[in-house]
Amino acid sequence: MAWFKRQSGELDTSGERKVRTEGLWVKCDSCRQIIWKKDLEDNLNVCPKCDKHFRIDARSRLTQLLDEGQYDTFDANLVSTDPLKFVDLKAYSSRLKQASKDTGLTDAVINAQGKLNGRPVVMSAMEYAFIGGSMGAVVGEVITRAIEKSAGTKQPLIIISASGGARMMEGVISLMQLAKISAALARLDELKIPYISVLTDPTTGGVTASFAMLGDLNIAEPGALIGFAGPRVIEQTIRQKLPQGFQRSEFLLEHGMLDAVVHRRELKPYISRALDFMVQAA
Amino acid sequence: MKVPKIRKAKTEKVAPPPPVDGAQVVSGTEFLLSMVETHWYSRNGDARKMEVRLKAEQELARIEEQIEHLQAVPGQSEETRRQIEQLHERVDALRRQIHASYGAWEKTELARHPQRPYTLDYVERIFTDWSEIHGDRGFADDPAIVTGMARFHGDEVVVIGQQKARDAKQRVYRNFGMPHPEGYRKALRVMHFAEKFGRPIFTFVDTDGAHPGLGAEERGQGEAIAVNLREMARLKVPIIATVIGVGGSGGALAIAVADRVLMMENAVYSVISPEGCASIMWRDATKKALAAEAMKITATDLSELGCIDGVVPEPEGGAHADHEAAAALLDQTLQTHFQQLRKTPIPELLASRYNKFRNMAQFYRVEA
Repeated sequence: MAWFKRQSGELDTSGERKVRTEGLWVKCDSCRQIIWKKDLEDNLNVCPKCDKHFRIDARSRLTQLLDEGQYDTFDANLVSTDPLKFVDLKAYSSRLKQASKDTGLTDAVINAQGKLNGRPVVMSAMEYAFIGGSMGAVVGEVITRAIEKSAGTKQPLIIISASGGARMMEGVISLMQLAKISAALARLDELKIPYISVLTDPTTGGVTASFAMLGDLNIAEPGALIGFAGPRVIEQTIRQKLPQGFQRSEFLLEHGMLDAVVHRRELKPYISRALDFMVQAA
Repeated sequence: MKVPKIRKAKTEKVAPPPPVDGAQVVSGTEFLLSMVETHWYSRNGDARKMEVRLKAEQELARIEEQIEHLQAVPGQSEETRRQIEQLHERVDALRRQIHASYGAWEKTELARHPQRPYTLDYVERIFTDWSEIHGDRGFADDPAIVTGMARFHGDEVVVIGQQKARDAKQRVYRNFGMPHPEGYRKALRVMHFAEKFGRPIFTFVDTDGAHPGLGAEERGQGEAIAVNLREMARLKVPIIATVIGVGGSGGALAIAVADRVLMMENAVYSVISPEGCASIMWRDATKKALAAEAMKITATDLSELGCIDGVVPEPEGGAHADHEAAAALLDQTLQTHFQQLRKTPIPELLASRYNKFRNMAQFYRVEA
């Protein structure tokens, strides 16, 4: 028996007064500014204060670049067969399932056809959220098909890269995709159909060593990590600290490896202008 | 021959308690460790293989001793000679057995063997009238890739290959066979030179990968490799590529987009080194044997996956055991392919090269 009787009157916390704040604000990694998410989205996911370009998904990319955000996807139903039955700490097949659930895609790229300032184009956008945008047999095939679509329709090709490189879980099969895509690009080149490669954060490894660097124009967003070997691998090899800004777009521009660094806001006008130049009036 | 051994899983050795009255006592820890080890091997499918190989190795050592003993006897009879011959046959069979039991990691070690013939070793033995061509005409000459004119059984050809070295000074000079962008640009320049004069190209792949470094990135390692891939796909002369040792990722592929891609029996070809894969996927570089096995990197694996056109046999014990024999076997295979390609008209050659790579490594299904 208790000496004191406690009043059983807990504070009433009805849901009405709760204000949901999580997910409404984003902190910029670069300038530490707290940004209202809606402001960020209205600004194409570029920090309004310091111009840091946030990573965006493949669908937003297509929406931003194609007229009225309208596009038709194709070859969206290819799925990896896990040829090596690869298992590390987790089975590759379950990684695929998880990535598919998270992104709603079957692999790390979307092929689309749409109009860019009135001109029909073929656009392939990579999805970094799908196993680091890595390239296995499906990504290789889908991109090759985009190239073939472009060759078949004579519509200019634009590929937006965002990828860590070849997909290790498909081993040498991933490596062979580099050869396949590059061979297809050789044919597109012979047909004199324009190909613009847009490199976004991050573009490394096998993607840099193939289609991302093979555009008639290779342009990048500001501050994107672009390189062949990852910075950690290089640090381990040369055993010294890498300079500030190493492997960023501006670094590559300075070393003559990029044709232009273009702000996300200027991307569409830039591509449109370049296509004006490259497409001959019929 | 030095046989690389599978490294067992590291286990903490705990001193067992002193045996009581001389009786055999197995401590609980020891018992558990042995269980773990058995489990590890059974999971990785090595238990039986290891046992077979161990037995074969023991028998081999015994027989070799016997042969020596028999041969030491002066004035051999017909009977002894026959015996020796039989024993030699048994030795060959055992060697083959041991060899067949090699896992992917052991093949990796063989492919990296310092006594393995390198590009110039093959050039010396298979080709004549070698004249090297240096420099990319843009930045520098990269000693990690050698290029030059040579004659292959009388035919003028171009040879291109990554070059490793054996002593410390030379190794540094060759940058351990890891090319910089200027190396790939030199290779491409020489390929265009060959194309201009209609000369076939032989490439020899032997690199752990393109050099990962500051200068390489500054000068566009990725771009250099990418351009090679695209240009090789449409080069108007026959190309035969052979992976003679290690085929390390993009740095290897950059000279291996060819009408025929061959692999030596003990060569490996992969998208990343087993160590690299292990440290990324398992977060533990010591899992390299597991990673090597999982990635399917041996010549047989690649052949089964349809990523190469042929496997070149090596002499017993591997190419490092006998350079002459290895070169002779490679020469034979190269000649066969060379004769086939030489007869093919160029447009047909280009179409079949394109189709080969276009249809290679198609591992996807279409979902409704």
